[in-house]
Amino acid sequence: MSKKIISLEQIKTSLNLEVLQGNQLDKKKVNKGYVGDVLSNVIAQAKPGDIWITCQGHPNIVAVAVLKKLSAIIIVGKRNPEPATVQKAKTENIPLFKTELPAFEVVGKIYQQGVFGI
Amino acid sequence: MVCDQFIVRKISKIAKMKDIIYKQEFNIQGGDFINGGEASCKISTILKEIGIDPEVILRVAVASYEAEMNVVMYAQQGTIIFILTPVKLVLQIEDIGPGIEDINRAMVPGFSTATDEMREMGFGAGMGLPNIKENSDVLNIDSETGKGTKLEIIINLP
Repeated sequence: MSKKIISLEQIKTSLNLEVLQGNQLDKKKVNKGYVGDVLSNVIAQAKPGDIWITCQGHPNIVAVAVLKKLSAIIIVGKRNPEPATVQKAKTENIPLFKTELPAFEVVGKIYQQGVFGI
Repeated sequence: MVCDQFIVRKISKIAKMKDIIYKQEFNIQGGDFINGGEASCKISTILKEIGIDPEVILRVAVASYEAEMNVVMYAQQGTIIFILTPVKLVLQIEDIGPGIEDINRAMVPGFSTATDEMREMGFGAGMGLPNIKENSDVLNIDSETGKGTKLEIIINLP
């Protein structure tokens, strides 16, 4: 399997993600990802451009994404984000998705498309 | 407030001031998880607009975010004073709160006094102060139990 750069649109379509916030997804590219629910790990270890997979749905995740310049957030596992989270993601222009799939499935499907963690 | 709505004074204007290129104070409200992290976002935006090295900005972001969230989680209120000089960046975080009983223990990765509710939100993993230390060149901590905590974080510019 080789490394690839794919768009948020490709990820959205292949996983059938619900878009909570985001536009021009075909123009936004992703080449790496990070999964985690412990915010100290994410802020310390995620790299700029990563797509972030988490079950956290509170507004503070947007601040983490802004600070680490992450490309998007996918909220997994049937979690419903707070309305303030969606509002904050809009304000900060952070693409925000939701899916009922568990984190393992989401990571696996994205990995299969050539997006790795390192 | 939004990260990108910040007006930064140009270096040419502020170079007249002695060593301080930029200084700003932010108020942090204890318990405000919705707005927690916004002061750090503003600091990041300011640094980007001034043209600071992106790697340095990321280090500042981690240190500043962790310090800010510590105030949000544990203190009643606090302030972050952000100072930029030609050679270094200083963050002074001062809060009114419970203080840190044993600083040496608090520096041990994994040690935490967070509540279950905080942990469920992904906070309180006991990585806050270790992350700050990891990303700063100097970290000074002064705390008095029952009164509050003062942190000084210094990050040298390349």
